[in-house]
Amino acid sequence: MRDLFYDLVRRNGMAVCIYLMLAVSIWVFLLIILPQLTMLDYSFRFNLPPAKIGGPEDVYTLEQYRYFFQGSGASDGINTLDIGILFKTLLSAVFVTIFDLIICYPVAFVLAKSSTGAKARLLVLALIVPYWINEILRAFAFRILFGATGVINETGMGIGLWDTPIDFIREDVALYAGLAYAYILLMIFPLYNAIESLDRNQIEAARDMGANWWQVHAKVVIPYAKPGIASGMTMVFMLTSGALAAPQILGGPSNLWFTQLVYQWFNSGGNWPRGSAYAMVLLIVCIALVLLVMRLFKVSIGEIRQ
Amino acid sequence: MALTFSGVVSSMTKEISLEHVWVEFGEFTAVHKANLNIAGGEFFSFLGPSGCGKTTLLRCISGFQEPTRGKVRIGGEDMKGVGPNKRPTALIFQNLALFPLRSVADNIAFPLEVRGVDKKTRRKRADELLELIALPGQGDKKVSELSGGQKQRVAIARALAVEPDILLLDEPLSALDLKLRQHMRTELRAIQKQVGLTFIYITHDQGEALTMSDRIAVMNKGKIEQIGDGRSIYDHPTTSFVASFVGENNVLDGTVLSNDGKVMQIDAGMGTPFTVESHPAGGPALAPGDACHLFIRPEALRVSRDDSSVNQFETNFVTEEFEGNMRHIMMNTNGKDLKLSLINDGTNAIDANSPVKLDFAPELGIALKPGELASA
Repeated sequence: MRDLFYDLVRRNGMAVCIYLMLAVSIWVFLLIILPQLTMLDYSFRFNLPPAKIGGPEDVYTLEQYRYFFQGSGASDGINTLDIGILFKTLLSAVFVTIFDLIICYPVAFVLAKSSTGAKARLLVLALIVPYWINEILRAFAFRILFGATGVINETGMGIGLWDTPIDFIREDVALYAGLAYAYILLMIFPLYNAIESLDRNQIEAARDMGANWWQVHAKVVIPYAKPGIASGMTMVFMLTSGALAAPQILGGPSNLWFTQLVYQWFNSGGNWPRGSAYAMVLLIVCIALVLLVMRLFKVSIGEIRQ
Repeated sequence: MALTFSGVVSSMTKEISLEHVWVEFGEFTAVHKANLNIAGGEFFSFLGPSGCGKTTLLRCISGFQEPTRGKVRIGGEDMKGVGPNKRPTALIFQNLALFPLRSVADNIAFPLEVRGVDKKTRRKRADELLELIALPGQGDKKVSELSGGQKQRVAIARALAVEPDILLLDEPLSALDLKLRQHMRTELRAIQKQVGLTFIYITHDQGEALTMSDRIAVMNKGKIEQIGDGRSIYDHPTTSFVASFVGENNVLDGTVLSNDGKVMQIDAGMGTPFTVESHPAGGPALAPGDACHLFIRPEALRVSRDDSSVNQFETNFVTEEFEGNMRHIMMNTNGKDLKLSLINDGTNAIDANSPVKLDFAPELGIALKPGELASA
């Protein structure tokens, strides 16, 4: 650690070094760790009116977490509604992640191995340009697209595929499409980076030795790109399960995303401690799930960093 | 290396023929009407400078490149539309392209794995091949734990795993150091003799081509300049490019004075005209008055013992490179540089301060139509 510091000073000078240390410290402590700690602290408190905060009733409690598991009813009840929403959110996020992987892998492969120079840059630009548009605007655009009189229903009925408009919003098709679209770049770029560094000769060697296209991918490209796949999937999963705008705008009326519950407790419910507890539950479950899957597929965090 | 190789020797070695093969990339012609037959069991080399089209030709045979025009036949069958995974060829890449995430045995068994061979049989075959390449019991090692020469041999074993008819090698020795390269030449030749497969070898190193090959095709700018065994390519080049690319050569611009079909008189501006044999390999005939390139190899020049030898001329000493067994001496006559290579056997004293008389035998001078010379 000390050597690292001296090395940094020697290479960049003291001023740059102090700036770097300060910037990183402020970022990590002030903007990440401190708010999360406050949130953690909140989640272990009662929801008290301002006058009672700091008073004798302001003690630590597991009440908010108990509520998540047992609800407001009898002490032996189970809060099936909220737990159900959490599971549905996680399941949907997994589905969106896998869907993104299936869409992005071919794109990343073509981008990394088949296109060169100017063509590749143009493709990357085409991928990035839609993200210059605000996330909420994009979600509303999807709502219009999938609406009862939207382009998709009009076209489908126009060419006679179905007769009455399909309610894509209620069926959550619009939500899945919107979420899959929202984080597609976070899947493509890690995949692209991983595949791009694969020696082309490896693919040709596998071909030459009798592998068909499916085997080339299954036995050579995918094992090599595994860290990139893990990194892309982690990012898409974490962001999807934590998404709020898309579920708010595109979600069906009967379906809640877990983040919407958190939002409700903070906002209309006015119960910050409970909102904090719910947010903590989501965070911990997501991290646990990611670590479990990484262990299952034998990927280490060190590999993902590449 | 223990060469006990069971079951691989293919009784059906297949002939390869290229019929008027052209490969064009847009405006650029990479291969210019290649026409040749390679016999089953032959060690055949394509020799040429980088960018001469030899790798493109190899990719045509392996199936990674479709010829723009012409046919590639293997064992008489037209290979058009047959993918690289369906051809009886195995390619060894310049960088070997071993799979870094697989063990040595899993690398060797890869061709079997993709053909659905069960794990036990694969392992047995991998162990057999490891025995052949003198790396017994090293199947569980990682590829990164092997030395350069060992990786080389693993790549060969992997290519041989499914008993191909033809092994294609794309400059496989270029990444090795000199000593190992020379050792691997002998080994490759020995493996080829042992397994009896057709080897097609791509190289820009004439030493490799000359020492290993049954026959060599010398290529330049997409064209095959000459096909022949090492001796005929070296001793009887038919084009200026081959004469200047293969081995070292002194080249003099000359004019043909006479040609009676057996010997030619050539004025090369070195005083008396030179007498050389008319081309024995039947290269393009030169008529009196034609301009020509006269090639004399550095080792063909000798210091004259007396004044009556044919093709005698006077030169002046410029400088000497001493290589131990050989002495390479730069001489100059009438502004033309000549290189002279002599065995360091204590004879041939060269006086640096007075003119030296040199000569060469008429059969060792090669007169060819002026053409493109290989750049040094």
